[in-house]
Amino acid sequence: MNYIASIGSYAIMVKEVFKKPTKWGIMKSLILKEIDELIYGSLGILIFISFFIGGVVAIQTALNITSEIIPKYLVGFATRQSIILEFAPTFCSIIMAGKVGSYITSSIGTMRVTEQIDALEVMGVNALNYLVFPKIIAMLFYPFIIAIAMYVGILGGWVAGVFGGFSTSADFVEGLQLDFNTFHVTYSFIKTLVFAFILATIPSFHGFYMKGGALEVGKAATTSFVWTSVVIIILNYILTQLLLG
Amino acid sequence: MIEVDNIHKSFGDANVLKGISTCFDKGKTNLIIGQSGSGKTVFIKCLLGLFAPEKGTISYDGKIYSELSGSEQRNLRQEMGMVFQGSALFDSMTVEGNVRFPLEMFTKQSDSEMQDRVDFVLKRVNLIDAHHKYPSEISGGMQKRVAIARAIVMNPKYLFCDEPNSGLDPKTAILIDNLIQEITQEYNITTVINSHDMNSVMEIGEKIIFLKNGIKEWEGTNKEIFKTDNEAVTNFVYSSELFKKVRQMYLEERN
Repeated sequence: MNYIASIGSYAIMVKEVFKKPTKWGIMKSLILKEIDELIYGSLGILIFISFFIGGVVAIQTALNITSEIIPKYLVGFATRQSIILEFAPTFCSIIMAGKVGSYITSSIGTMRVTEQIDALEVMGVNALNYLVFPKIIAMLFYPFIIAIAMYVGILGGWVAGVFGGFSTSADFVEGLQLDFNTFHVTYSFIKTLVFAFILATIPSFHGFYMKGGALEVGKAATTSFVWTSVVIIILNYILTQLLLG
Repeated sequence: MIEVDNIHKSFGDANVLKGISTCFDKGKTNLIIGQSGSGKTVFIKCLLGLFAPEKGTISYDGKIYSELSGSEQRNLRQEMGMVFQGSALFDSMTVEGNVRFPLEMFTKQSDSEMQDRVDFVLKRVNLIDAHHKYPSEISGGMQKRVAIARAIVMNPKYLFCDEPNSGLDPKTAILIDNLIQEITQEYNITTVINSHDMNSVMEIGEKIIFLKNGIKEWEGTNKEIFKTDNEAVTNFVYSSELFKKVRQMYLEERN
């Protein structure tokens, strides 16, 4: 019953976010600040993880090719498919649920605990629009860093495959180009955009409606990470079935 | 003037406010006092529109809050200033940014007009060299003064303060009390202060409402509180030996 109530409250929150907009001059600077914090601030960790995961995918694929019949270009092919279809949009979003999600929940939760949200509401400011809307807009740029994660992940696979002696550069590149379906990239970006909305709104929901003190801020950040991940995993399944099934 | 008529508010099974009726006068410092858990904060949050009472009405200069549309309620809130117990300053903004915030949000003033207004109110609360400091870099007393400056920057009709001198040393507490009283009289504001500080009661309590277990137990002025026979009020206000002696001396002087 509580879950249904929470889903209802979440839907009401999303509706409220788009009501009574804050002045554009102020909103513009808030959006730029959030792009810096949520997108630019996440670039480093995503590049780092993508590079090494791409390398691991290439090595594991190569080590599992035991038959002579299986062509060596499969290493590049498998790396490309894994990175574009799943790793970059989904795995990166789970990482972002931890990094960006806990930041959003704890920052909004702290504002709730210290009555800063009450202060906004007393002034007549739509606190949800002021706090959550810039995050949603900033997260529209999320596909850009996922595109970079895709590139770096495949680069990591190439470096590990070629310099680790698992594949030649020519075989790897041939695998990358083999049967390339551009819709897979479109599918990946559609997922990324949906996950971006989830990453901005579910942690905001947990922060905005939290009750209690500093300890509860920590608990809310943990709960927010769990629920954001769960929703991303479920939506990943549904979107895959709808778009590729 | 704010008129409160028979408001009730509960959270789950807990009835926090049980039918409070009173009125808060314009140009006066109205104090709500009572023990912790008596419903003071919930009452002031109902006055601010942050909590909706289940029963009863609150009217601001004749306008009943619950009968106003959403946008009218937001417009009314822009006429309110609030000083929160913990100051509730925005951590990410400087002192100047905090005070400037309502002007940027709700007015079409030019940059220089806003700057003049910010300088004026910061000077009014005796904060001159703190413009570019962040809330974490200033003392509790200064934070309270910034909160007061932010609350009055829009020339509010109603000023609410939730325990404005809690956590402050006695000297700073008196300064804050006096500042609120001066501002109330200077701008003819309806000020409602939530307090359990007895110095505030004696110094600036032009009208005092005593709450006990969500009920208005007593109402009067800081002069009348010396003479009251209400046991709950005397037990609360004169709980310390010092205040008992002060009251005794006051009554002896009068006789």
